[in-house]
Amino acid sequence: MATDTVIDCGGIGKRYRRSWALRDCHLAVPAGHVVALVGPNGAGKTTLLSLAAGLTLPSEGAMTVLGDQLPGSPRALDRIGFVAQNAALYPGLPVRDLLAMGRHLNRRWDDARARTHLEGLGIPLERKYGRLSGGQQAQVSLALALAKRPELLLLDEPLAALDPLARHDFMSVLLTAVAEDGLSVMFSSHAVNELEQSCDYLVVLAGGRVQVTGEVDDLLGGHRMLTGPTAEAEAVAERLPVVRDRRAGTQSHLLVRTGGVDAPVSGEWRQQRIGLEELVLAYLREPTASALPGPRGAVRTNEKVLLP
Amino acid sequence: MELDKGADRPSPIEFRLDPASGVPTYLQLVQQVEQALRMGWLAEGDRLPRVREVVAGLAINPNTVLKAYRELEHRGLAVGRRGQGTFVRGLPAGVVPLRERAALRRGLLDWMRSARTAGLDEGGMVAVFEDALRDLREGRDGVVA
Repeated sequence: MATDTVIDCGGIGKRYRRSWALRDCHLAVPAGHVVALVGPNGAGKTTLLSLAAGLTLPSEGAMTVLGDQLPGSPRALDRIGFVAQNAALYPGLPVRDLLAMGRHLNRRWDDARARTHLEGLGIPLERKYGRLSGGQQAQVSLALALAKRPELLLLDEPLAALDPLARHDFMSVLLTAVAEDGLSVMFSSHAVNELEQSCDYLVVLAGGRVQVTGEVDDLLGGHRMLTGPTAEAEAVAERLPVVRDRRAGTQSHLLVRTGGVDAPVSGEWRQQRIGLEELVLAYLREPTASALPGPRGAVRTNEKVLLP
Repeated sequence: MELDKGADRPSPIEFRLDPASGVPTYLQLVQQVEQALRMGWLAEGDRLPRVREVVAGLAINPNTVLKAYRELEHRGLAVGRRGQGTFVRGLPAGVVPLRERAALRRGLLDWMRSARTAGLDEGGMVAVFEDALRDLREGRDGVVA
């Protein structure tokens, strides 16, 4: 792929009236990934997606998409697909007319692809959008977005209103497009238990800032859950960056960042790798902990103990 | 060429996922190919499911499938052929051809029948088997009392 980053911003911010939806946001998402955008309600996920889609302008800082393009510029609009939350399309229009609308509003448009996609799912083109099931409506929005043959597809909570089967079918179509076209995807989701199957890159937002960013394999390999005696917990916590610290009378669980190796702790401690769901939940519960790449990310000074 | 035989045919196996297993997805795919080789469901030259088919069927990230196939290549069990797919190349260590396997199984059944005649129940047989397996592993197979 020609562009090496799909979203790149340094210190971007967005203010709505008096409150900041996004503040001092640093992000460099490489191309070729399926990126999960996670965070509590109000963390700034929709704002970040809207900025990348060019639907709103930053209050401070600048963002580029697909290499060096400005969001909202004609070239960026041609190459980026966006599916808004609840995929609001005109409910009174038949699917056929929505396709015609897409064809006339976009310079790049693959009508055959959209029709094959919808016929394959048994969605009648003459049916009005508002009379389709939730799963079918989501598939129509996805078909319209993919018909542009975008290089970057942004989706805001695409799975929120779908039942388990419809979610599976939706992700199946989305990821097949990734396999065939090599497009990059960023979608926000609260379904953290389903992310490990679909995503290979994670961005966690908390309070308008980026809390965690990185490739899923690196993040999972870079953390260990340590279970051991509470009497030694303080000594461990002093030497290693702790994400989440749970201590009971005799036994403690410490989730630590180790940078990809086993933690240098005594044989009293059991160390385990954890899954993506446990990792995401730990960071969501500890909004002050962070895992960011580069020197800026090495926020805890005690981390240097790890280096030989 | 022998390897090209399977290029147009559907793959003999299909993957499934167990989300509750705790085993990473790519490793589940690797293990299922190894298991299929052990059971004789897959033979040399067979094509593994195409990446696109696996992604569409399981709704998983294409990179996960590629990672599994790279791991199978690394273990010497598969070979990727550009534009055609990934093909089975060999058997994992510890796998014998089907006929030999059947003969070994018959021998074990004979032993089990004599064990039952001698009064051992299933739990007893498992215990004797595990005991003997441990002796074999520790190189004490010459000194059975």
